[in-house]
Amino acid sequence: MNEELRDLYQEVIIEHSKRPRNFHALAAPARSADGYNPLCGDTVKVYVEMDDDHKVADVSFEGSGCAISTASASVMTEIMKGKSADEAEALFNSFHELVTRGEASDDEIDALGKLAVFGGVSEFPTRVKCATLCWHTLRAAIAGEDAPITTE
Amino acid sequence: MTATATLAKPEPATTGFDPEALRADFPALHQEIHGHPLTFLDNAASSQRPNAVIDEIARFDRNDYANIHRGVHELSQRATKAYEGARDKIRQYINARDRKEIIFVRGTTEAINLVASSFVRPSLNLGDEIALTTMEHHSNIVPWQMACRERGAVVRVAPINDRGELELEELEKLLTPRTKLLTLVHVSNALGTINPVKEIVAMAHERGIPVLLDGAQAIPHMRVDMQDLDCDFYAFSSHKMFGPTGVGVLYGKKELLEAMAPYQGGGDMISVVTFEKTFYAGLPAKFEAGTPNITGGVGLGAAIDYLEQLDWDGAVAHENELLRYGTERLSEIPEVRLIGTANRKASVLSFVVDGVHPHDIGTILDREGVAVRAGHHCAQPVMQRFSVPATTRASLAFYNTKEDVDALIRALRKTIEVFK
Repeated sequence: MNEELRDLYQEVIIEHSKRPRNFHALAAPARSADGYNPLCGDTVKVYVEMDDDHKVADVSFEGSGCAISTASASVMTEIMKGKSADEAEALFNSFHELVTRGEASDDEIDALGKLAVFGGVSEFPTRVKCATLCWHTLRAAIAGEDAPITTE
Repeated sequence: MTATATLAKPEPATTGFDPEALRADFPALHQEIHGHPLTFLDNAASSQRPNAVIDEIARFDRNDYANIHRGVHELSQRATKAYEGARDKIRQYINARDRKEIIFVRGTTEAINLVASSFVRPSLNLGDEIALTTMEHHSNIVPWQMACRERGAVVRVAPINDRGELELEELEKLLTPRTKLLTLVHVSNALGTINPVKEIVAMAHERGIPVLLDGAQAIPHMRVDMQDLDCDFYAFSSHKMFGPTGVGVLYGKKELLEAMAPYQGGGDMISVVTFEKTFYAGLPAKFEAGTPNITGGVGLGAAIDYLEQLDWDGAVAHENELLRYGTERLSEIPEVRLIGTANRKASVLSFVVDGVHPHDIGTILDREGVAVRAGHHCAQPVMQRFSVPATTRASLAFYNTKEDVDALIRALRKTIEVFK
């Protein structure tokens, strides 16, 4: 396998795609939002429960997708617990930079933590949407938006 | 039989079909992708073009291009001759009775929308039905849903079996006095199934029901004969038959086309315009409003010239052998499940792999130089029928070889290894 592919399909990503964390529904009062990639038919439903301080008390997801999209949602839900809405937004921006431009500052890499394994996605422009769909959907869930999120 | 007679009528030589020689005609096939020779197996999405098409388009644009019809100058006359010449080639190629039955459109999608707008919609009433099948492309579902919603009519869907074959008895039950049109795919893009369309057309005609065939995936794999099929409409796209994009054909029986209202209004589709009344042009101009894709039409004509000289018996036998070989090789991989195993199939291999999503397969195959398509192939009801979100589809053309199939299998085994 060539180097770019190895960067894309890192062990962590394969492992999360096979055994996704937080892969279940959350009951009310958790909010949810639906994400959909019409190009490939991937779907994701992200659940989020905010506490009184407007921090993520719990977050989970369900759906079907490729290894990149499943692993991305899995790692995202791991890292998001306890984050405020603002922190979530900042992470989203750093993550987006990482997967689209392949660049992140040292501070951003620190903040991204395990999410940094998705850096290889930037070499595969057709796969960026796979990695970011769950993030767009999480934002919608936190904001309480009803309309489904699509990548197109 | 005497020895003399045998000598006088020798057995025909075995077909001289040589895919390697044909590959030389397709320049795009000869390149490296990510350090591997290109293995192009995405022909059902769009096929590559031979030099004959590429060169004719360049020649036409360099020498003969101008707007067609009504121009008195030399270039306009040359362009008109080339464009209308392409119409004649198409008529002959698909054995239509009359050149007026060949309507240039943007592609299969527009052809179907034209029939929906001009043939079906005006007479579609509350409770009427449009019959189609589970294996339709979205372009042969959505226009009918739109028309039916507007007119209070209903889309009825004929089921397919686990091999991806149409259940003919169920289809027959759908054909009732309420059925305004039967519309179905000749060859399924997602499954490869070849439908017995001649038999189906006859079945519908016995009940007085007109039939539209979506031939987009059939025409690159076989010769089609309009008079033999006896369908009322047949739609296909240039870019899937080795021609350029942006042009396609609606074939329609002349008496039906003549009775239909125009599809779009504009230039070229009129005979006399005043603010009180407009008289429409005759066929085929009535359905060709506006300046068409002139170069595209000429390019399609060149593609047809190329296909006219193809050894079709040899090509069909070669593709059948590739299909047999590909099916056999894929079946050797325990993780692979073929979606679409009809008895009569075009060279399309749609499959799912245990534990690996088609999108990931597509990415890894690409890095091995193998171009396939991963997704729902604009046929989501087919995916739902087989309870899969998507498939990986390797779709072959006559210029593919067993080496291409081998490259697919090698890359696929690597992919499965990554996810072990």
